[in-house]
Amino acid sequence: MNNFLSKIKSRKILVFPYVFWILGFTVVPLILIVIYGLTDKNGVLTFENITSMGTYEHMKALILSLLLSLISTLICLLLAYPLALILKKRGAGAGRFIVFIFVLPMWMNFLLRTLAWQTLLEKNGIINGILSLFTLPGIAVINTNYAIILGMVYNFLPFMVLPIYNVLVKIDDNVVNAARDLGASRRQTFFHILLPLSIPGIVSGITMVFVPALTTFVISNILGGAKILLIGNVIEQEFTRGSGWHLGAGLSLVMMVFIFISMALIAKYDSQEGRTF
Amino acid sequence: MNKRYVAYAKKAVACVLAFCSTTFLLSGCSLLQKNGQEKEAGSGGKLYVYNWGEYIDDSIVEQFQKETGIEVIYDMFETNEEMYPIISSGAAKYDVVCPSDYMIKKMVDNGLLAEIDFNNVPNIKNIGQQYMDMSKAFDPENKFSVPYNWGTVGIIYNTSKVEGDPDSWNVLWDERYKGNILMQDSVRDAFMVGEKKLGYSLNSTDRAELEAVRDQLIAQKPLVQAYVIDQVRDKMIGGEAALAVIYSGEMLYIQNEIKASGREDQLKYVIPKEGSNLWIDSWVIPKDAPNKANAEKWIDFMCRADIAKKNFEYITYPTPNTAAFELLDKDMRENKAVFPDQEMLKNCEVFQYLGEEADELYNNLWKEVKSN
Repeated sequence: MNNFLSKIKSRKILVFPYVFWILGFTVVPLILIVIYGLTDKNGVLTFENITSMGTYEHMKALILSLLLSLISTLICLLLAYPLALILKKRGAGAGRFIVFIFVLPMWMNFLLRTLAWQTLLEKNGIINGILSLFTLPGIAVINTNYAIILGMVYNFLPFMVLPIYNVLVKIDDNVVNAARDLGASRRQTFFHILLPLSIPGIVSGITMVFVPALTTFVISNILGGAKILLIGNVIEQEFTRGSGWHLGAGLSLVMMVFIFISMALIAKYDSQEGRTF
Repeated sequence: MNKRYVAYAKKAVACVLAFCSTTFLLSGCSLLQKNGQEKEAGSGGKLYVYNWGEYIDDSIVEQFQKETGIEVIYDMFETNEEMYPIISSGAAKYDVVCPSDYMIKKMVDNGLLAEIDFNNVPNIKNIGQQYMDMSKAFDPENKFSVPYNWGTVGIIYNTSKVEGDPDSWNVLWDERYKGNILMQDSVRDAFMVGEKKLGYSLNSTDRAELEAVRDQLIAQKPLVQAYVIDQVRDKMIGGEAALAVIYSGEMLYIQNEIKASGREDQLKYVIPKEGSNLWIDSWVIPKDAPNKANAEKWIDFMCRADIAKKNFEYITYPTPNTAAFELLDKDMRENKAVFPDQEMLKNCEVFQYLGEEADELYNNLWKEVKSN
């Protein structure tokens, strides 16, 4: 017992759960993916799973995924930044409350919210029902790229708002006032003071929207009518269809490149300005 | 400052931690014991069921639990292809699974199934002999599977949106219905439509034939509103599309819903004249099933006439249970869309398992269709 107590005292034992967590849920799965990705069905070493990213179908899916997630990230940024600026001006209390309202829908399941968009956008859906009530022409975005972008923006917007808002509220108002005192115009204050200071928030916002948007398969399945193949769908189908675990793992490895790039970006800007999110 | 207090506090925390962890361990032990005792008390043990989504009347599961004392853990899958790796990799152990014909063949071929002890399944006598014969396509000696449901694949169409009565797969390539067609989002079902349209066998493994089918499906894609599986019901009920490829069991459900809602548009079902897929979903027991005896009890229970009838009325998939069939209303027994006659089935085929190489060919061609 004494021995046990002293062990606790030395606190090494308290680290155990985290070590177990990292090993069991990060390191081992990652190793498994690498093993699967670099072997074929017979367990022979091969790079075919990796290079198959270059085939026409996979390349097309990857480029489309990159395009859609870039557009979504850009839209999120354009929507989130002004909102975060407004919230900053509102002061701490009101700003926090509005952020809370903004994040509230995230308490509901992601799948349900996406399915709700399907019901809204359908041909005989709610939006078209309301439009036809006013004898306006209906919209036909369901099962197109536009619907997927809409789904991405809707689902990932809070991930852009929060980090930008968190950085903006930390900027001392006196810095802005000083700039104005010294004769900077509103535009100059924004481009030379606020924007550069908020870059860490923007960067983490971008990565938090871009990476999940790039790899999503649920949004494209539900809002794209399974007609539009993104790289996430390719990987998902390789796994669920059974025979393609090796190919799926190989493609996942290629996708990790994008995650490493974003991690590097975060690390670069995070060191400049503490935690952002 | 008070170093002594800090030391005391540390000791106290350590004591609390130690106390907590020992009680936790002890309670963990007693929990384990409890579980063991319950099993010994003869509660009937457990049964892990793996079935298609929305493919059973839930009250039947409850009834089974009440009558046998067996606790049922019920999981669902959406396609055969999704189910297979779960069973083959042993990722999860199930006692009884309900795959379709060709997938059963694949499981038999790969030694994944256990022989069913039919002494424990006396109600097998209720299953019509013609369905046991049909099963021989994938289970030649009727050793591994017991039919659960059967049916065809056809076209359901909304009479207010489609001119005349289509009788051919060609209607799914008709420009007039652009954006109004729903296709199945599963490789074999989608290819079947193209194969039958071109007059090939739906078990073709000929590359040239399959590439021709791929081209057909690519040509059709701009007309297709979406590739769906379970959503086809809601979309047809909601009037989202004019035509859909559908399993015959879903059709009755849709028609009932439409009738209940009192709407005027009608949905009709047709087995295209070029032929279609005749399918059977059967109960099988995986080789390493932990509760095989319970699985046989389950299969026997599902074969009971009253249970099969009740289940049919809920899920509306044609039952191979002739004893249950006799219990149905005359109208239903004569409903040719649900229970087609031999003449309507003459061009229909049962899916065969085509081997890994052909599987891959199908999958790759399907990917080309999807990415186009």
